[in-house]
Amino acid sequence: MAETKTAAYICKGCELGTRLDTAALAKVATKSGKMNLVREHDFLCSAEGVAMIRDDIDNEGVTHAAICACSRRAKTEAFNFPTVAMSRGNLREGVIWIRPDTEEARETTQEMAEDYVRMACAEVKAMTVPPGNQKTGSVKTLLVVGGGMSGMTSALEASKAGYKVVLVEKSATLGGWAAKLHKRVPTREPFKAPEDNGVADMVARIEADANIKVYLNATIAKTDGAPGRFKVEIAIESGAIAQEDIGAIVQATGFSLYDANKLPEFGYGKTPNVVDQAGLEALAKEAAAAGKPICRPSDGQPVKSVVFVQCAGQRDASGTHLQYCSGFCCNTSIKQAMYFKDSNPDIDTVVLFTDLRTPGNGEDFYRAAQNKGVIFSKGVVSSVAASGNACAVKFKDLILNEETEAQADLVVLATGIVPNSGPDLDQLSEANRQAEGGNEEAKEQVVQLMSKSVLNLTYRQGPDMPQFKHGFNDSHFICFPYETRRTAIYTAGPVRRPMDILQAQEDATGAAMKAIQAMENAGLGKAAHPRAGDLSFPTVRLEGCTQCKRCTVECPFGAIDEDEKRFPLFNESRCRRCGTCMGACPVRVISFENYSVNTVGSQIKAVDVPDEFSEKPRILILACENDAYPALDMAGMNRHEYDPYVRVIPVRCLGSVNTIWITDALNGGYDGVMLMGCKHGEEYQCHFVKGSELGRYRLSKVGDTLKGMNLETERVHDLEVAITDIATLPQKINDYAALIKSFPPSPFKGF
Amino acid sequence: MARKEYAFYPGCSSQKGASASNYLVSVESMCKTLDIKMTEIPDWNCCGASVSYAESGELPRHVMNARNFALAESNLPGQDIVATCAACWLGARESKERLEHSDRLMADTQTALKEAGLQIKVIPEVRHMVEVLIEDLGYDELKKPVKKPLAGMKFAGYVGCQTNRPFGIAGESFENPMYLDKLIETVGGEAVKYDQKVTCCGGALAFSEPEKAQAQIKDIIEAAYDGGAEMIVTPCPLCQANVEVYQGQINKKYGTKFDIPVLYYSQLMTLAYGGSAKEAGLNGNVVRARKLEEFAGK
Amino acid sequence: MSDLNQQMAERYKNNFLKEIEEQAEMGEWVKMCMQCGLCSGSCPTNFHSGWDHPPQEIFMLIRAGKREEVLNAQGMYMCTSCYNCYVRCPRKVPVTHVMHGIAEYAYRIGRAPKNQPTMHLSRTFWNNATKYGRVNEVKLTQSLYFKDGLGAGIKKAMEMQTVALGLVKAGRLNPLEAIGGGHKCKDLKGIHAMLAKANELEAQRKAAKG
Repeated sequence: MAETKTAAYICKGCELGTRLDTAALAKVATKSGKMNLVREHDFLCSAEGVAMIRDDIDNEGVTHAAICACSRRAKTEAFNFPTVAMSRGNLREGVIWIRPDTEEARETTQEMAEDYVRMACAEVKAMTVPPGNQKTGSVKTLLVVGGGMSGMTSALEASKAGYKVVLVEKSATLGGWAAKLHKRVPTREPFKAPEDNGVADMVARIEADANIKVYLNATIAKTDGAPGRFKVEIAIESGAIAQEDIGAIVQATGFSLYDANKLPEFGYGKTPNVVDQAGLEALAKEAAAAGKPICRPSDGQPVKSVVFVQCAGQRDASGTHLQYCSGFCCNTSIKQAMYFKDSNPDIDTVVLFTDLRTPGNGEDFYRAAQNKGVIFSKGVVSSVAASGNACAVKFKDLILNEETEAQADLVVLATGIVPNSGPDLDQLSEANRQAEGGNEEAKEQVVQLMSKSVLNLTYRQGPDMPQFKHGFNDSHFICFPYETRRTAIYTAGPVRRPMDILQAQEDATGAAMKAIQAMENAGLGKAAHPRAGDLSFPTVRLEGCTQCKRCTVECPFGAIDEDEKRFPLFNESRCRRCGTCMGACPVRVISFENYSVNTVGSQIKAVDVPDEFSEKPRILILACENDAYPALDMAGMNRHEYDPYVRVIPVRCLGSVNTIWITDALNGGYDGVMLMGCKHGEEYQCHFVKGSELGRYRLSKVGDTLKGMNLETERVHDLEVAITDIATLPQKINDYAALIKSFPPSPFKGF
Repeated sequence: MARKEYAFYPGCSSQKGASASNYLVSVESMCKTLDIKMTEIPDWNCCGASVSYAESGELPRHVMNARNFALAESNLPGQDIVATCAACWLGARESKERLEHSDRLMADTQTALKEAGLQIKVIPEVRHMVEVLIEDLGYDELKKPVKKPLAGMKFAGYVGCQTNRPFGIAGESFENPMYLDKLIETVGGEAVKYDQKVTCCGGALAFSEPEKAQAQIKDIIEAAYDGGAEMIVTPCPLCQANVEVYQGQINKKYGTKFDIPVLYYSQLMTLAYGGSAKEAGLNGNVVRARKLEEFAGK
Repeated sequence: MSDLNQQMAERYKNNFLKEIEEQAEMGEWVKMCMQCGLCSGSCPTNFHSGWDHPPQEIFMLIRAGKREEVLNAQGMYMCTSCYNCYVRCPRKVPVTHVMHGIAEYAYRIGRAPKNQPTMHLSRTFWNNATKYGRVNEVKLTQSLYFKDGLGAGIKKAMEMQTVALGLVKAGRLNPLEAIGGGHKCKDLKGIHAMLAKANELEAQRKAAKG
């Protein structure tokens, strides 16, 4: 290893030179930063400034550079020196832009800047250059699980982009639900009539595609490994197992219809003249094949009147049936009503709905159906009773506010969908726990749950993708809809939320693109979203590990397994570099080359904490780099001022915050610590999904530490920040600073 | 030659001695100043108004308007038809649209017109007086002849329904049209803000179900007072009459003390252009606009 | 039930929507309503008494095949032709015209409610306007006051006396119109022939449907 040579660069551009005493900053870098080389420059991000740094690296042997200029989020292309360790002192967005340009403010502004220089110097000295993950796999074949519309779309799109695809379908044919449709909801102008389901064309394209290898009547028996080097075992019809090397996975396992047998009040199962939407498609296909009108199952006579019951077992507030809207069924009923009206306008066709929801261009389609004479009535159906060949549909007319009844030859129930998302991992892990304790019932439950497994992952955290609301597979709903909690495995289509064919195809295309990105990044040893391109990865000092398992349990991405000796086994390719493991580790043995307990801890220690008589408190802010830190930068860009006594350190995620930092800060005389992280819970915005939640859980224990130190519990403050809180964030900082100033100075100053 | 010429469709209420005769008087004065020549369509007939819907049926209503189109076209070729009454404008314009969009209706209409020795070749444009002012002249041109701005006077611009819906003045919103406020400001007055600008006065229900109409009228006048208005201004004869003449009855029923003059925009313009009280038709107002009478006398 | 009424009911049986589509002006729009209720909420007379069925309900009743309730309804006659519903309808249903069309149809087949004051006004207005080609405001007012008989008419006239006097004084009501004066068109013969033809053609068209 080459000899360490540190350098600090102080920029004087963007008014830094006039607002700050840069000569004094240079002195700080030399004296307290102890940098080997310190340079000032009038315009550091200019070609000339960059050339100066480059020259120092090439000819002076600089290995560690502290760039004291603008935010680490700015000028990243200019300050791009991948061969050296680099830190950034945020003097612009973090200091001069958030402070008034007045004589009174000059002293505290300068102090702020000097601290940021100290912090940048301390941080860089604690870093090494990340070499990139060496345990890469370079397989570039995509596995698509599910051969319906979503799966076929992912396969075709990946092939078009030049990638090999293995497509696994559990049934004997491709096409999924769409293949069972007589026709589909229109996809193009003028959205007035049902169109061909389009399946035959897609199947033909897949069969003709040399890049796509199809397994029919096949399931996934085992998925082992990590992105770029998955080993997948496919159970094929003969009972044999096929092996495939896979780079990334798209799970497009679709949905099952909600079981209409759970709706006996609607006559399902009591008369063949009550069908669900799939049943009606079958009748329509059969009729079309025979060249006849759609007929009543009970006696084979042509249907003269039909009633569609929307939200049958859906949007249920009683907790008995599905609570959600399946999104496509209103358009489907409109389409099915047209099957009748297009063949014979005299067929009485009534759709009973509470709220007709027609996403996409469905509104045009709805209008077209009205034009064709389909009657839409706002009504809630209470029962369907069969007598002979007729059905009596009892409903409450919500407009006329009366109980009434409609007679129909055929009743169609829009029952909605249940995702084929595999077993619920929490349920499974609980069953496993009890089974290990000898509970026989639990053992059976494990077998039953495992029979639903789709991927059969060998991961420590379970065999399938985690679920979110209502059993749909989790995806980052609010910010990054394609993202999941298993790196390089993407869910697409109705398995992750209710959607129609068109939406599913768009979703599947996006998932294929994300999967390709993930394979490429894995091959290069780089992280995937949101730290895409990051070459660092976690390393663990196993000799210090106590096998507490916190890291293996808490990793939001299931990246850490356990080896035979029950030590954590890091699968770097699955890792997103959030640092949740590092925050979790009670003995602090997990670190990244460029982000560790020490890189942050040394910054905390580098800050100059004035004594208790100075009336200059110090407040540490640990800000999530995904939302809070950009919001603070943008507050600076908008010149929103905030308190000069705060010192901000960006963290990868609230989940990476190790409580030792907080204790160290308080012991070191800081008067308060503020933590800024993303929203967690049902509408989470955490880029690492569970990171902020886990971080907050740990913080909830800090109160005891504070009490032990005889400090006010309010001194540690957790603030939920979204990237849009640009204008309100400074006020919140100031309010907190005011609160801290109302307390006596920390008794730990000067120790 | 006048700078603009139009085929004038005054309508039943704007004849001499009829309920909007003061509208007619003030429009004539205003047009004289603006150098607009309005030639009455010879032997024009009633538009049918909206309320005749039950008895008139569809075709007879359109035929009535078609007769006016044919008369205008043959006697005043190339001239747009201009109505001052909101209902006449609406009725005629609606017939024009329906006839132009239905070959069947047009054919039947021609057959009926033949009985009166008439036929339609091209239906002229059907416009409201306000459109002529705003679109053909523009606020700047309307401002030029102002000799006596109505400074310091506060008006509630009551747009009402039928110059506003369903067709409306181009570029205006149905919920808050601004043209009347702009006309008020053009002649130097102040247009107050109030929240019943486009509320219906009850229309024909003022005759058939006076309680309902008067309840609405009460709301309109109350809002105008609340907005600080001294007078109400309107572009529609029925709005004008309904809001003006029932004030006494409303006062009796609700214990209010309404006494607010209701004027036409054309009356304000005539006065601002230096016209006399008589030229502005102020003697035709049932609730006397004393402030304006004094103003005209100065 | 009038003959016409009987015929129509027979012909359409349960399919009242079809009947309205073919017989009522703009009736083809009834099926396009999406039941949002903006029309009812926008109607200025909605909040007064007398409303049995606002437009949203009229549309629904037609689609539910409730012929009697629709033809007997008062709701249509509450229309002031303010066109609020018309411009606000998100489906661009010409609600005002549909209401007028249904009212006209109910009247045509003899089902309009008796003594409906606005219905009476509608007929009186049209007859007045077409008699001389232009409206005679004095006669119109008179016939409105006296629709319920002489005594009621005088009472009403007395109530309205101050209103009328004000108008007379302002030169906006000419009592002479009542006794043969007033405005009229010159070519009355032509107008009457033209309207007779129009009525004849309209009757033919409606009869041809259904």
